[in-house]
Amino acid sequence: MAAISSPLAVPTARRELPGDLAMWCFILAELAVFGIFFITYAFARSANVAMFDESQQHLNRTFGLVNTFILITSSYFVVRAVESIRHDRGQACARWLGAAIACGALFLVLKVVEFVAKYEAGITMSTNTFYMFYLFLTFFHFMHVILGMVILGAIALKARAGGYSRASHAGAETGAAYWHMVDLVWIVLFPLIYVLH
Amino acid sequence: MQFKSQAVAKPYFIAAIGLFLGQILFGLIMGLQYVIGDFLFPAIPFNVARMVHTNLLIVWLLFGFMGAAYYLIPEEAERELHSPKLAIAMFWVFLVAGALTIVGYLAVPYATLAQMTGNDLLETMGREFLEQPLPTKVGIVIVALAMLYNLSMTILRGRKTSINLVMIIGLWGLALFFLFSFYNPANLVKDKYFWWWVVHMWVEGVWELILGSMLAFVLIKVTGVDREIIEKWLYVIIAMALISGIIGTGHHYFWIGAPAYWQWWGSVFSALEPVPFFMMTVFAFNMVNRRRRIHPNKAAVLWALGTGVMAFLGAGVWGFLHTLAPVNFFTHGTQITAAHGHMAFYGAYAMVVMTMISYAMPMLRGRPANSERSQVVEMWAFWLMTVSMVFITLFLTAAGILQVWLQRVSSTPMPFMAAQDQVALFYWMREVAGVFFLIGLLLYIASFFIKGKLPAHTSDTLATGKQRAVAEA
Repeated sequence: MAAISSPLAVPTARRELPGDLAMWCFILAELAVFGIFFITYAFARSANVAMFDESQQHLNRTFGLVNTFILITSSYFVVRAVESIRHDRGQACARWLGAAIACGALFLVLKVVEFVAKYEAGITMSTNTFYMFYLFLTFFHFMHVILGMVILGAIALKARAGGYSRASHAGAETGAAYWHMVDLVWIVLFPLIYVLH
Repeated sequence: MQFKSQAVAKPYFIAAIGLFLGQILFGLIMGLQYVIGDFLFPAIPFNVARMVHTNLLIVWLLFGFMGAAYYLIPEEAERELHSPKLAIAMFWVFLVAGALTIVGYLAVPYATLAQMTGNDLLETMGREFLEQPLPTKVGIVIVALAMLYNLSMTILRGRKTSINLVMIIGLWGLALFFLFSFYNPANLVKDKYFWWWVVHMWVEGVWELILGSMLAFVLIKVTGVDREIIEKWLYVIIAMALISGIIGTGHHYFWIGAPAYWQWWGSVFSALEPVPFFMMTVFAFNMVNRRRRIHPNKAAVLWALGTGVMAFLGAGVWGFLHTLAPVNFFTHGTQITAAHGHMAFYGAYAMVVMTMISYAMPMLRGRPANSERSQVVEMWAFWLMTVSMVFITLFLTAAGILQVWLQRVSSTPMPFMAAQDQVALFYWMREVAGVFFLIGLLLYIASFFIKGKLPAHTSDTLATGKQRAVAEA
């Protein structure tokens, strides 16, 4: 009975892939890129653990943690957006997406503050291998957040204009899947680069 | 052929094949010079033969791409080309400029050519693949801009399809990245750094868009599979090509003086470059297996499938072989690179141009496909050239491995020329394979002149019950 009211309830009858298969191929490719980088990070770290651990101390974990919560929250908003459109509520869908985009923007602001602090401390990608990974991976992820926001923005506009319906909203699911990928990557990236030592 | 103006593609295709023959002849000359150093010296020194070999390759592929664009863009846009006259005029400009350039390479010493053509005004010459004199480079830009204007106008006023969009973005990218050939900083690191923005961004970037859209176009035509399916594949493939290829440029930055982080980025991103090529293979076979019609042009289908397989092997597998920085530390600039270069250029670009020619040329000559006899000869040519290229690649790979060992790994490393002597056997075998390639190419050319009974004019739908209208034929 509890499942009926929850917006997160898994529809049991549904067996097909949500969204477009092409997007899933794309997500797989993105995850492969990040995954390979995470593995090379592990190898590079094992070659020089002391240097990695020392450099890691200088990262802003508080910001990292806050950003993790922000992205998870944004993913929740995206889930609510998809749920709304499944009930034919285009305006609500657009509003939830707007909230998710706002989270994304907040994430970017905090990231920029972090980057500026590192830049002012004279840290660049050539400082050492740890900072190379830190700066590259977080910047690469940063660009993905921007792309994700653009995608969510496009969906929000279409949803507001009534472009989706209960029967036809594959586009919204496709964009949502991409956003969840961006979130997922951060959930791995944050503990790996900021915390684990 | 649905539109009269598509006929402008014909001279482009003919010129492409003619220059291809020239490229192979010079390839054979320099192949022989690898083992008989003074062959044809001083008339054609090795460096000149090499320059002609590689420049002809680039120019004939450009002719092929342009011909393909002039053929497929009007058909996709469902309207006549904006200006067929401009396309023909540009053909002659490009052909004359190309011919004069080659004559210049062969007739006078390179330094004299540089002096004669105003290299002191803007120094752009003397760099591998970008050896063209300044007037030729300017000519390439003019021809490219005129073509882009012509094709963009056609697309803007016509039906917009994904194939056209990808093709035109690829062609614009081709023109834009070529502009870096005019940038020649005195700093050698910067010089190399931006040189790759032409070379790498072409072959592992925007050319892949051109390749993808040409392949998609031919597959729609010969298989009758739904456009939406083929276009979705096209998008995923080019997205992967760009994700891996753009930062993959880093695999050229390992040892030229660029920052060390490129060793990580270059390795990781370029390691993914085989993925889009693998997808292309799966794509081609998948579409042919799901075909809704049996197109009378079997040779074109063979070329399309061959492109998928050989591009994956040559660009994907042979590229991956030496793309990781720790491996490349030993292999860069050896015959391994030459092996990869040969199969990648043939498998990806030479073959896709021949796929397009194979499909379009009969149409341009007023028939859906060539006669059975002509197609059999063309398919023989396909197998001869392709198998020869596999052997050329294998022999060069063997030469490369031996070279790396003798010159860079063994406890008593040999000087370059001494190591070259040791691998001569493989160069001889490569030369023999090259002769077979030439025979294949001659057969290919001969297939255009073979007559015979033409196949039925309409393509038959498959007897699977799917009686779709053959609208795309």
